[in-house]
Amino acid sequence: MIAIIDYGAGNLKSVKNALDYLNVDSIITNKPEDIIKSDRIILPGDGSFGYMMENLEKNGLVNPIKNFIRSGKPFLGICLGLQGLFEESEESPNVKGLSIFKGKVVRFRKGKVPQIGWNKIFPKKKTIFKEDFMYFVNSYYVVPKDNSIIAATTDYNGNFVSSIKSNNITAMQFHPEKSGKAGIELLKRWLKC
Amino acid sequence: MLTKRIIPCLDVKNGQVVKGTSFVNLKYAGNPVKLARNYYEDGADELVFLDITASYEKRKTIIDLVEKVARQIFIPFTVGGGISTIEDIRNLLKAGADKISINTAAVNNPDLIKEAAEKFGSQCIVIAIDAKKVRNKWKVFVKGGRQSTGLDAIEWAKIVEKLGAGEILLTSMDKDGTKEGYDLELTIKISEKVNIPVIASGGAGSLESIAYVLKEGKADAALAASIFHYKKYSIKQVKRYLQTQGIEVRI
Repeated sequence: MIAIIDYGAGNLKSVKNALDYLNVDSIITNKPEDIIKSDRIILPGDGSFGYMMENLEKNGLVNPIKNFIRSGKPFLGICLGLQGLFEESEESPNVKGLSIFKGKVVRFRKGKVPQIGWNKIFPKKKTIFKEDFMYFVNSYYVVPKDNSIIAATTDYNGNFVSSIKSNNITAMQFHPEKSGKAGIELLKRWLKC
Repeated sequence: MLTKRIIPCLDVKNGQVVKGTSFVNLKYAGNPVKLARNYYEDGADELVFLDITASYEKRKTIIDLVEKVARQIFIPFTVGGGISTIEDIRNLLKAGADKISINTAAVNNPDLIKEAAEKFGSQCIVIAIDAKKVRNKWKVFVKGGRQSTGLDAIEWAKIVEKLGAGEILLTSMDKDGTKEGYDLELTIKISEKVNIPVIASGGAGSLESIAYVLKEGKADAALAASIFHYKKYSIKQVKRYLQTQGIEVRI
């Protein structure tokens, strides 16, 4: 069973639709006990960094998520679910992230913001990510302190980190559930790893 | 590099796709889920569903459609047509729509843009602007182009951006249905004045016209209906042509 963590974000259903399409059992939940029990969790994204952290805290989900990650079971972060793994974000100053990784989340300084549309990801190490077009909707991106966790980068008026991979954690700035066949294939590869 | 998007638009009435010119001679043209699926397979970057049902049955049929599309088509899609309340927006997003396009209601109540962007995020709020040239200035029209508002289209675009719109769907009423090409001048003007993506609409005819609006017109995306419905070009054909013109697209 896969738990899709519900903190009031908009695209939960899309993630579930993609998993249903792949015939994988999943539930949308905000209950800590569901997280502990599940084999994999997905932290999806939409909304703001502050809004997400506030809701995760309100529902008592911060420690269950951290414990789940420590257990070594597969974790997938999408969009804000990637950003939340870091310490802080320019989007919501003074809000502490999950701080699994050192680094921060910064706003695009060039070009139209948000970035909306299809952009290519370029793998930086051997992971489930392949060079392909993915669908992005983001105004912010992560800047990890430890470059070794970078799995793929993308060019939007300069390169930014579009995916990370570290042990059992896989996370991406784009939306695989909205990236057509390439996104569905990527989810399939994650489900096998 | 971010690619330019090609977006087919489907007009939907009573849950069925309709084809016609300028909203007259409407013919039912099949199942929207099936057509949407064909476009998805053909490489559409996004889809737009414009609900032109004018009855109380409207909400139910469109929500049913949104749920079906969301279950089998894994690219973003926008729903527009007569959306006027936060409740409408919430219901459509909940059913699986990725973005909501608002037109008349945004002009009548600009605060709706702000409230919707704050509640659901700018990324899902698309403001549709129908513009027509009146004495050398582009004016905003509402109610499917039937009512003039007196608003200047360029000024209005700047206002909607400030209120929190995530994208602008810009339709040239002068060019719509003519197949003689998009309104380049209008598209350039608005695209240069705002820092959010602009989707050009109205007038798609030749392959060249699509390339022009994306290059010279500075549009971030091109929307088209009839050239795809009547199979004048496939989406793949359009994208291959754009590629030969040095325009980055997803193929």
